Amino acid sequence: MTKANTPPRQVSIGTYEGLRTKERVVLDIDGQSVGVYFLGDEIRAWHNTCPHSGGPVCQGKTVARTLQAVDAATGKSPGLTLDRSSRMIVCPWHGFEFDLLTGIHAVDTKTRLRPVPVAVVDGDVVLTLG
Amino acid sequence: MRPTQLDKARIRELEEIGTRSDTRDVLARATMQAKRDYDDYFVVDIDAHVSEDHFWGEVIELIDNEYLRDLGQSQLRSFAGNNALLNIVPGLSHQSVGGRITHQGRREPDVPQGEHPFVVAAQRSMDAMGLDYQIVFPSAMLLLGMHPQDEVEVALARAFNRWTVERILPMDERLKAFVYLPFNTPEACEALVAQYADAKDVIGFTVCSTRNNAIHADCYARLYAMIEESGKPLAFHSGYHWGDPSFAQLNRFATMHALSFTHYNQIHVSNWLFNAMPERFPKLKMLWVESGLAWIPFLMQRLDHEVLMRPSEAPGMKRLPSEYMAEMWYTSQPMERTNMELLEATMKVMKAETQLLYSSDWPHWDWDAPSVITTLPFLSDQAKRNILGLNAARLFNLDIKPKKPRADAVLATRPGRS
Ligand code: FES
Repeated sequence: MTKANTPPRQVSIGTYEGLRTKERVVLDIDGQSVGVYFLGDEIRAWHNTCPHSGGPVCQGKTVARTLQAVDAATGKSPGLTLDRSSRMIVCPWHGFEFDLLTGIHAVDTKTRLRPVPVAVVDGDVVLTLG
Repeated sequence: MRPTQLDKARIRELEEIGTRSDTRDVLARATMQAKRDYDDYFVVDIDAHVSEDHFWGEVIELIDNEYLRDLGQSQLRSFAGNNALLNIVPGLSHQSVGGRITHQGRREPDVPQGEHPFVVAAQRSMDAMGLDYQIVFPSAMLLLGMHPQDEVEVALARAFNRWTVERILPMDERLKAFVYLPFNTPEACEALVAQYADAKDVIGFTVCSTRNNAIHADCYARLYAMIEESGKPLAFHSGYHWGDPSFAQLNRFATMHALSFTHYNQIHVSNWLFNAMPERFPKLKMLWVESGLAWIPFLMQRLDHEVLMRPSEAPGMKRLPSEYMAEMWYTSQPMERTNMELLEATMKVMKAETQLLYSSDWPHWDWDAPSVITTLPFLSDQAKRNILGLNAARLFNLDIKPKKPRADAVLATRPGRS
């Protein structure tokens, strides 16, 4: 939840080396709740509030993206499969799934997580909070 | 710019929500929504669920038929476990979406010694969502109408009703229940209505809609007259059944679930109207539970259209089906809300301001928090208050004095956890 009229400020949440061993850490920082994710060399941070009904979206599971396999030549589908190279953030309230790197819902591209700017500064993970 | 290093005490890590999370942590955001939007509203949740499989041994123990009790206890100890005597199919129960949604089937942690785990979980959910009352329904028993053995439905209904009314409800005045009617056996239903018509915490009677009974059949006439006489509502609680031949064409739980929860109540409402039941039992208060709202304008239009052309098939009706339907009551969940114009039109035609009752369906996977009502842009404050609790107070004769703790007090019980 962004507090209105609060000037942006930068907050260090710990060292990159220390945090990257976890896939995800969810923090409450002075009442603002943020999920920070590490995937390969990528870092992302998302507000921990689901666009659906305001649930704690970052406190659910992360899972592989589900795909429908389709044979391009025949149009036939052998069924559903998992893409283990991508990760989805699952809201624990009702299961909305968002791509961990883009914050975009698995089906509806208009439904998105709200990003929090994140960077590594002098070895620390730094969030810019509004 | 160098970042500001905050005092570590102001940063705290939040836990993952999973199968062992405390209800108050799972629902902490709902508590914050209550604090922000509706702390002073009177709120009644018409449809929450007992995960009765967790307490199934307690129910089986209360079966009055010695043979079935023995059979149930034997199954409980062996392969059927917590599904003893039931007809649910565990391998087809995909409610958790492969473990993605963990609150359905969750076991409440940290239950104080001597307290009942179900009551503790229900109290925590009421406090966290800001509910003054919660009305509880069974879960696995929702499919019992399709059980091939009618005598099992009767035995489990009698045992479950005793467990609920005698053991659970006396533990908290905010908990109320409908009595489960084993509708495949009308005489057993009549006996249950006679037994519970005056029970203080029984606010009505319920039939699980997932079944193939024609609800207008004459074998139910005496039952309806008895319920009408009691003054308590009759609720048809919908459900799903993947084994139904039509639904067996669907290869996803989502499509089967979306269609079957509306299907059964559509059939029952259609039979109810075309057989003139509102004219034959004019004081019987009918409540339709857990089919969402989108089916209501569909069925109103569809039946109005047909009856105008074929009035000879519904000579007992004195008004259009949509007019009768606008006098029935409906629960809100799972409230379709991806198109606000359609939802607004739906609420208008069904007279939501007086006929709609908020329901959570907690802890099931597609539950709704009270904020689904408070955040609707087109409802007046009075309409929100009616839907969230005042309509229920009128229908069930509930005292509207506040029963819940304030949201601040609830949040203060879990500092630093969620
Ligand atoms: S609040 Fe996130 S899926 Fe509903």
